Amino acid sequence: MAAMVQNGGRLETAAPAAIELRGISKAFGSVQANRDIDLRVERGTIHGIIGENGAGKSTLMSILYGFYKPDAGQILVGGRPLTITDSQTAIRAGIGMVFQHFKLVQNFTVLENIILGAEDGRLLRPSLSKARGVLRQLAKDYELNVDPDEVVENLSVGHQQRVEILKALYRQADILILDEPTGVLTPAEADHLFRILEGLRAEGKTIILITHKLREIMEITDTVSVMRRGEMVASVRTAETSPEQLAELMVGRKVLLNVQKAPAAPGQPVLEIRNLRMVDATGVERLRGIDLDIRAGEILGIAGVSGNGQTQLLEILGGYPEKGSTVTGEVRVNGTPLPLSGSACNAAERRRQNIGHIPEDRQVEGLIMDFAAWENVAFGYHDAPEYGRGALMDRDAIRRDAEGKIQRFDVRPPSCDLAARNFSGGNQQKIVVAREIERNPDLLLIGQPTRGVDIGAIEFIHKRIVELRDAGKAILLVSVELDEIMSLSDRIAVMFDGRIMGERLPGATTTGELGLLMAGVDAASTPQTQDLSREV
Amino acid sequence: MTRMPKWADVILTPLISLVLAMAISALVILAIGESPTVALTTMIDGALGSSYGWGFTLYYATNFIFTGLAVMVAYHASLFNIGGEGQAAMGGLGVALVLLSLPLPHWALALPVAMIGAALFGAAWALIPAWLQAKRGSHIVITTIMFNFIAAAALNYVLVNLMRPVGSMDPASARFPDATHLPKLSDMALALGFEWGKNTPVNISFFVAVIACVLVWLLIWRSRLGFEIRAFGKSEPAALYAGINPVRITVIAMLISGGLAGLMAINNVMGEAERLVLNAVEGAGFIGIAVALMGRNHPVGVFLAALLFGFLYQGGGELALWTSIPRELIVVIQALVILFTGALDNMVRMPLERMFLAMRKKGA
Repeated sequence: MAAMVQNGGRLETAAPAAIELRGISKAFGSVQANRDIDLRVERGTIHGIIGENGAGKSTLMSILYGFYKPDAGQILVGGRPLTITDSQTAIRAGIGMVFQHFKLVQNFTVLENIILGAEDGRLLRPSLSKARGVLRQLAKDYELNVDPDEVVENLSVGHQQRVEILKALYRQADILILDEPTGVLTPAEADHLFRILEGLRAEGKTIILITHKLREIMEITDTVSVMRRGEMVASVRTAETSPEQLAELMVGRKVLLNVQKAPAAPGQPVLEIRNLRMVDATGVERLRGIDLDIRAGEILGIAGVSGNGQTQLLEILGGYPEKGSTVTGEVRVNGTPLPLSGSACNAAERRRQNIGHIPEDRQVEGLIMDFAAWENVAFGYHDAPEYGRGALMDRDAIRRDAEGKIQRFDVRPPSCDLAARNFSGGNQQKIVVAREIERNPDLLLIGQPTRGVDIGAIEFIHKRIVELRDAGKAILLVSVELDEIMSLSDRIAVMFDGRIMGERLPGATTTGELGLLMAGVDAASTPQTQDLSREV
Repeated sequence: MTRMPKWADVILTPLISLVLAMAISALVILAIGESPTVALTTMIDGALGSSYGWGFTLYYATNFIFTGLAVMVAYHASLFNIGGEGQAAMGGLGVALVLLSLPLPHWALALPVAMIGAALFGAAWALIPAWLQAKRGSHIVITTIMFNFIAAAALNYVLVNLMRPVGSMDPASARFPDATHLPKLSDMALALGFEWGKNTPVNISFFVAVIACVLVWLLIWRSRLGFEIRAFGKSEPAALYAGINPVRITVIAMLISGGLAGLMAINNVMGEAERLVLNAVEGAGFIGIAVALMGRNHPVGVFLAALLFGFLYQGGGELALWTSIPRELIVVIQALVILFTGALDNMVRMPLERMFLAMRKKGA
C-alpha cells in the first residue's frame, strides 16, 4: 500500500498543485470527521474523491469552500497558503462548488440565478447583459447549452446542474468541486456531464469529483483519493487501480461487488396490477395504465429516472396515495383486491395484508429521526399484539425484539437507545430493512434500498433481499441505480412518464438498452435511431 | 452532534433563564426607584412564607397544570393550541350547566360528573379548530385564538341573558348547590388534626391535577396512541407511511388538549367561585403556553413550571398589596419570565451547549 501513497511515482511534479491540503483535521464534538488529511490535486486533472458515507468527504470539501474552519492544517491554492474563512474567499481564489442539492432560486430565470450574488452594481440590467454574453461564450466552449431566459423550475435536473456549473464558471472558477453529481441524472445525462467535464479539463480547469460510484471514478478521473473514517487512506492513479481494489480501500476489507444469487424459482402470482392509473391533485396523470405481475420467489426491478411515477406506484401499493389524487385500476395481492381509495386504503391495513415496505426516503418516511432505535423498530407495527397489552405498549418486549434485530442486522453502534438521527445512513437503512424483512412479508415493496448507503451495508442489504426471495416471497424493487437493478432483479421493467416502457431479462439486456428505455425510447419498436444528444 | 447532559438541558437551562429574567426585572424595579431585594422578599414571603401563601400559590398552580398539560399534549402532535383560554372558559360553562341542572347529592359524585362536563365542553370547543386543521388546513394557531374571542363573547351572552338569576345585577350564574362544595385542602388538614392554609381556595382539584400529570405521562410515553401522536408530531409523511391517520390524530390530540384545558374549571369555577362568573379563566390559558414551554413538554416539567407561575401570580399580588410597585410591573416580571424561558430559550441553550462540548473535549 505504501507504494500507492501519493509521494510514490510520478504524482509529485514540480509545478504547484491546484490545491494542496496539509494535515487538515476537523472534529465535531467527539466525532473526528477529518484526521490529518493530506491531498494534492494537480492542475488540469480530474481528481476523484471516493469513500463511504460518513468518511469525511463532504466535510473536507466544505472546509475547502469555507463552510467549516479546520481545527488544524494548511490549505495551499496554486502553491500559496490561503486561509479560507468563507465561501467568498474560496470563490475569489477560483474555487467553485456544485452541490448535490442545487442551490438555485426555482422561480428565477437562468440568467438571474447566474448573476445572483455576483451583480456588478445596483442596477441589474448591465449585469444581465454581461452575463448573457459570457454565457454564450461558455456554451460554445464547453457544450453547456441552457436557455438563459428559461425559469429554473421548468428545467430538467440535468439542465439545472448545468446552471450550477455555469454559475461557478461565471465566477471564474478554475477549480470545480462536484459533490455526487450523477445521483439525479439518467445515464445519458451523466455521459453528457462527463463530456462537459472533459472539455473543462482540456481548457486547463481542475475538477474534483466526489462520488461513491466506482464506475464513474474508473471512467473519468485521472487520479483518485480514497477516504475511510476521516482519513485519507490512499491516492492512486486511476489507470493503475481497479474497482475491487478501491472498494477494499474504502471499506477496509474485501467486498463482493456482485450479488451472488441462484436463478429464481417463481411460483404463484402474488402481486397483480391491471391498468393502474393515478391523477394527482393538480390534474396531472402520474400513472398512465400500469400492468405488472410479480410471482412468489421473484424480484421485479423497476428501473427509471426518478420522477417518472415510481414514487406514486410505491405510495399506492403502500396504502397512502398522494392527498387529493384519484387512483383507478385493479391491484390484487394473493388474489385479494386492494382498496385504492377511501378509509380502507391505508398503510396499517396493507401491513395487515402482509405487505412490507422499505420506503424510498428513510429519513422522511421510514424512520422518526428523533425516536430511539427500539421505537423505530416498532414503527408501523406499534399496534402489533406482541408489542403491548391493550392501549399500552410493552417497552420491554419491543426492546428485546429490537435488540435481536439490531444484532442480526449488525447495526452499528448496537444501541437500542440511540436516536435514529445519530446512526449513519447505512445503519439507519439497516434498521428499516430489519423491521420490514423480519416480518416475513408475502410482498415486499422496496424503494431505493441503498441510496446513501455505504458499500459494506449495500452488500449486506442485497444479500438479505435475495434471501427473502429465496424464501418464496415476492419483491418489487424500485431503484435509480441501474447497477443495482441489473444485479438484483430477476426481471426488469422500465418506467418512463408513468408507463412501463418495456420488460427485459437482466441476462438479455444491456445498460445501454435500459438507458434508452429510461429516456422513453424503445429501440426494439422504433428502428430509426434517435438523436439522444439533443434530448439531454 | 453530541448533546449536553440531560440534567443541564432540563434543569440548568430554565434555571439560568429564570435568573436572567429576575436580573432584568430587578433592573426595572431599580429604574422606578424601588428596591429589588424588598420586592423579592415580599414575593417569597407572600407566596411561600406561610401556609396561607402556599394555599394561593397551589391554587393558581392547579389552573396552570391543567392548561400547561393541554398545550403539551397538542404540542406533541405538533399542534400549537393557543385556545386554552377559550376551552377553559367553555369548561366552566360545562361545569355550571351540570351542577345547576343535575341534582347531585354529594361532592364525591358531583366531582366526576362535573369533570365530564368540563372536559366535554373544553374538548368540543377544540374540536372545530381541530377539524378545520385536519380537513381544510386552516392553521390551528389562527383558529384557536379566534375561538378564544368567540368563547368570551358567547359566555358573556349566556351569563347576561340566559344564566343570570332573575333580579340579579351581576353577570354571573346562580350559586351551585351546597352539596357540590369541593373539600378545600384546609378542610382536609383540619380533618387530619392540624391547621393549614386557612381561607385559601386550594382544593381537592390540586390532586386531580397531579393525577392528570401521571395520566398524561402514561398517554404520551407509554401508550400506543401516544406513540402515534408523537410520531405524527415529528413527521407527517412518516406517519402516513406507518398507517397513522393524520385526521384522526389531529382530532384526538386536540380533543384531549381541549378536555384538559376544560378540566381547569373544576378548580376555579367549582372549587373556588362556586358559580360561573365573567372572565373566570383570568389568562390561565395563555400562561399554560409558557408553562408547557418552560416545562419542556413533559408532565414533571409542567408541574414544576406551574408551581413557579403560581408563585409569580401569588407573589405578584402580594407585591401590589404591600409595596408601591404598581400592579402593571408584576405583569412585566411575568412577561420577562415567559420571554426568557420560552422565546429566548435558545439564547441560553446554545452557549451552554457549546460550553459542555468544550468541557467534554478537554476531558477526552
